[in-house]
Amino acid sequence: MIRSLPNSTGYKIGYRIYITIFFLFLVMPLITISVLAFNDSNFIALPWEGFTLDWFFADTDERVGVFADQDLIDSIYISLGTGFIVAALSTIVGTMAALLFEEEKFRFKGILYFLAIAPLVLPGVILGISILLGSTYLGEMLELRFGIDVEMLRPSYWLVILGQFAFAATYVMLLVSARLKKYDRTLEEAALSLKATRIQTIWYVTLPYLKPAIIGAFVVAFLLSFSNINTTIFLIGSDPTIPIDLYSRIRFGSTPVLNAISFLIVLVISIFALVNFFMYRKK
Amino acid sequence: MQQKKRFNTTFWLLIVPVLLWLVVLIVLPHLDLLISSFQVKNSAGENVFSLNNYLAFFNNDIYWGTFLKTAGYAVFVTLLAFVISFPVAFYLTKVISKKYAGLLVLLLLIPLWVGELVTVYGWMILLGDHGVINHFLLFLGMIDKPINMLYTDLSMVIGLLYMSMLFMVVPIMTTLESLDDAYIEAASDLGAGKWTIFTKIIIPYSMPGIISGAIIVFMLVIGDFLAPDILGGKHSLWFTEQIYSKFLQTFNWGEGAAFGFLLLFLSSAIVWLALKLSGQKLEKVGS
Repeated sequence: MIRSLPNSTGYKIGYRIYITIFFLFLVMPLITISVLAFNDSNFIALPWEGFTLDWFFADTDERVGVFADQDLIDSIYISLGTGFIVAALSTIVGTMAALLFEEEKFRFKGILYFLAIAPLVLPGVILGISILLGSTYLGEMLELRFGIDVEMLRPSYWLVILGQFAFAATYVMLLVSARLKKYDRTLEEAALSLKATRIQTIWYVTLPYLKPAIIGAFVVAFLLSFSNINTTIFLIGSDPTIPIDLYSRIRFGSTPVLNAISFLIVLVISIFALVNFFMYRKK
Repeated sequence: MQQKKRFNTTFWLLIVPVLLWLVVLIVLPHLDLLISSFQVKNSAGENVFSLNNYLAFFNNDIYWGTFLKTAGYAVFVTLLAFVISFPVAFYLTKVISKKYAGLLVLLLLIPLWVGELVTVYGWMILLGDHGVINHFLLFLGMIDKPINMLYTDLSMVIGLLYMSMLFMVVPIMTTLESLDDAYIEAASDLGAGKWTIFTKIIIPYSMPGIISGAIIVFMLVIGDFLAPDILGGKHSLWFTEQIYSKFLQTFNWGEGAAFGFLLLFLSSAIVWLALKLSGQKLEKVGS
């Protein structure tokens, strides 16, 4: 059953077959996309018509590759930009929330903490429509009462950032809190007794200790933003992020350029994951 | 006194951004959702209080039918995810050596970071009438015409399972890691069979992980939009799709808000129930 106990051969082989099937199930869609990204065919699926790089580089009437498709390039830039802003914002506020809930005592802390982790169990679609309703209401009110038209409150790039930030900050908070729980408080007490102000203590003692968790949280927030669709789809204006762009292409007829861009995403993520894995193992 | 004052500056510095986040982006929007769900426009174009949005839901059997179907499928997928994931979590923590476990966990995480859209699209290519699976089955002569798999409830369940399974594996792995092998060895030495060890030791011990996993999987599935929309057929309507169409196709925001609130209510109720029955706290689910 476990490493230290003997098992019958049948049990062992059966278990191994199950695990193999599970991991095949896991990688199958990724491998399919990656292989078909190089298929010399105008359709997204099989049959295999030979190897080509057209879906990356071609720029003809019939085939437009990833790097020639201006719309696609634009949405990649929009996604990268959104990802960085969301990651930066949620890292800052999420870390502040972690410090607040782990180190401070105040009234209504329980309710506030409940609200802070709520996005974890809040369907993304609900967050999307709520923020859409809230911002529209605010926009209408400002226009009616004061005659100001606030562009930001309509579905737009900025609204997407706010929507994604709203749940990404929760994940940052949880990741930073996890490290803060293992923090040796005597370090802070030492700094305080040496006449450091509390802000100095946080800046020079606590934050350097939290640095690995903060960097990790930044990456997680970026990836959450980069792949989000449930919340984003309600808040997007005229500048689609990459998942929204791909979604509408899948919905309204697609070419193998979708395989190519998906392959690139799988490639970048896999390299990133491997590098991260081996760096972590060295430590 | 001095000390106390410094303490306060930091406190305010920390709490103001956090309050802004929670009040402006979480509390107020959801209050707006609640208020909008009770409002309709009258003939003069003003918003007035009304129960019509909710009545529209209860009077149309397509709406509440979809609602019940979504809830039922979400429970089903959650159970399925547990049955499939548990042996994997056990294998990765207790059977295989630590060296390989790390790499396999990495493999498990890649589909998550790649994002749901890409993986759902991959399943679309695999399951279609001209898709990879049908192509191979035809090629091998096992079938003589394509099996219809895409745009059915089956393909939808595969998609939902695929995107949520991982969230079951990881919490179970976390609890199993802290299970001391000595318990299992002791039980085995005393003559307990595999099934007894499994039901009397392993399952009860990993319950907190199973509950966390089940809650997260359930939430993800019930709130999912892509898998039902892309992989599901005309008849596999999902409740989120109806919210989407109310907001972005028919522009009936009042009804959309009511639907959203019902979904929020249903999902909160089930999470609350799961927490109550298992005696866990929401805080634990996060960690």
